[in-house]
Amino acid sequence: MAITMTKGQTGLTGNAAIAIAMKQIDPDVCAAYPITPSTAVIEDFSSFVADGKVTTELITVESEHSAMSACIGASAAGARVMTATSSQGLALMWEMLYIASGMRLPIILTNVNRALSAPINIHCDHSDSMGARDAGWIQLYSETVQEAYDNLIQAVRIAEDKNVLLPAMVCFDGFITSHAIENITLLEDEEVKKFVGEYRADRYLLDTDRPSTYGAMSLPDVYIEFKHQQSQAMAGAKDVVVEIGKEFGRKFGRTYGLFDSYRLEDAETAIVILNSAAGTTKVAVDELRKQGKKVGALRPRLFRPFPFKEIAGELSHVKAVAVLDRVDSMSGFGGPLFNEVRSALYDNEKRPRVFSRIYGLGGRDYKVKDALGVFGELEKVVETGKVETLQKYITL
Amino acid sequence: MATLKELSKRDELLSGGHRLCAGCGIPPIVRLVLRSANGPVVATAATGCLEVGTTIYPYTAWRIPWIHSAFENAAATISGVESAYRAFKKKGRIPEGREIKFVAFGGDGGTYDIGIQALSGALERGHNFLYVCYDNGAYMNTGIQRSSATPYGANTTTSPAGEVIPGKQEWRKDLTRIVIAHNVPYAAQASPSNWADLSKKAEKAMGAKGPTFLNVMSACPLGWYTKSEESIKLAKLSVDTCYWPLYEVEDGVLKVTYKPKEKKPLEEWLKPQGRFKHLFKPENRHILDKFQARVDLEWQRLLDLDGKRV
Repeated sequence: MAITMTKGQTGLTGNAAIAIAMKQIDPDVCAAYPITPSTAVIEDFSSFVADGKVTTELITVESEHSAMSACIGASAAGARVMTATSSQGLALMWEMLYIASGMRLPIILTNVNRALSAPINIHCDHSDSMGARDAGWIQLYSETVQEAYDNLIQAVRIAEDKNVLLPAMVCFDGFITSHAIENITLLEDEEVKKFVGEYRADRYLLDTDRPSTYGAMSLPDVYIEFKHQQSQAMAGAKDVVVEIGKEFGRKFGRTYGLFDSYRLEDAETAIVILNSAAGTTKVAVDELRKQGKKVGALRPRLFRPFPFKEIAGELSHVKAVAVLDRVDSMSGFGGPLFNEVRSALYDNEKRPRVFSRIYGLGGRDYKVKDALGVFGELEKVVETGKVETLQKYITL
Repeated sequence: MATLKELSKRDELLSGGHRLCAGCGIPPIVRLVLRSANGPVVATAATGCLEVGTTIYPYTAWRIPWIHSAFENAAATISGVESAYRAFKKKGRIPEGREIKFVAFGGDGGTYDIGIQALSGALERGHNFLYVCYDNGAYMNTGIQRSSATPYGANTTTSPAGEVIPGKQEWRKDLTRIVIAHNVPYAAQASPSNWADLSKKAEKAMGAKGPTFLNVMSACPLGWYTKSEESIKLAKLSVDTCYWPLYEVEDGVLKVTYKPKEKKPLEEWLKPQGRFKHLFKPENRHILDKFQARVDLEWQRLLDLDGKRV
């Protein structure tokens, strides 16, 4: 198939596009440690620093744990802060992810999804970011290079919103999106600069005239109140994500919401799936639609906070739903996305049948035929009214 | 260098009323280091006695901007704060003429052990900050477990003086030498008993450009099984027995900053401490001898290097 490009478009890998977004955002501080497949983000960004294209102080730390620790220090000091990582790197940050969110620091992290060891594997699955799903970070997932770029720019505004003040993670698929070149429309530097504005914290460490204590010990008399406030901020972030997505659309012509619905209006069966595999699923949907089958797809964009009401509403008329996870939570009861979707549907008057399929771990290809296979299973569930196998691996 | 009179006129930056134990060696160290800054200072502390004892919400003993994030990362955290400062300076967001100093505090557990990677990284990257390790020779905050700074032979809850094994079997890690190997502009060992020496070293460290380090002896009545009122006296004995030599390395040149007129036997420091009680049983005489021989050797090594480029 020939690659066609419209005017104003350019061909970029996901990593290159993210590095450009970071250049345009020009954060005060970036602390990072290289790890495949996100390395190129920081390599490109290092060039921008070396060539004087940004004003950022780049801290080339000795580990991801220190990367997130330095991000926390810099953010508490009042700086706008960014980093990027993958897989083991995110896992090594795990302790600090909770501290970043608990201290309400709007740090922005790009996570290029890669499988967790063991066995060691550098290819795509979602075990890294799904492992961090309860760390109190906003999580945005991206299907394409364009969306990854747009999400990163929006994430700054979402995280820094005065009613949110939570760190945000933008996720996209390792190699599939990070290393493949796609057509993308970049914004002008000035447009990004204006959209993200300047970050001004109410209180910050470098304000030596007004000393503040960060990270005080909190005992049972107050700890739960802190967590309650954090939880409320997270729940409220959903509306901010929608607002910012609309504003982005008004300004730049690409509107974003909580999820992306594909031919769902009259669908009887649907696949729910994250990131790049949604594209493959849509091809399968189109093929089946040509055969007159009422099928559709739903791709959540926001996973944390989870838009449970909206997703339950969107799937309310569907008879059978397959939720595909590129990670196994090893619970024996489906992947994390499955559990959220199934739980969200519980309050629906008419609940669709729902099953879990685990696919594509460690970079195993997910092809159109795999999606077609799942739609075949869904059709059978509609016919019989029964789910034979609740959880199963596919693409084996 | 500031005189006692000058130091006494400066603001008290760690307020009284904190919850550190009576006789704890940490507060005099922190107060003196902060006084020696003589200007705006931002600090961090690793998880540990200092953090717990000074910040139980909604109270704080810190009259300066202060952050604690985790146990092993005080050096990485201050790296971020200091980088933000450089970014803000470039952008004109720090008032004209304001020079802020950055200090990280950690215990020996948070520095010698779990925090050594972050410390090494921050030293290598050359951030402009002072790291102060208050070394009380064990994980005191969690109940006296051995660290790599615990003295040879000491009884701790994870190196107990048992029926077969008489306390800690390993010699302590020489962290100051490890730091010196990073070729930082200034590193020193100090003790609150020799306050003028400590203050001078803190001032020098904060005046240097780049990462600097102070390793400071800190008595712990709880973990050493000693009397609260004897903490400074015991710190002095650690210095006078040459268990804890006071020296500095400034721009690569080593200087022993205090040579006791009469080097006291190590036992004078060990004897008052309950953690070494078992070593005074006749059958453990050889441990005391071995310990003394090692202290003598280390002291001589330092004297040999005095005034030399290391």
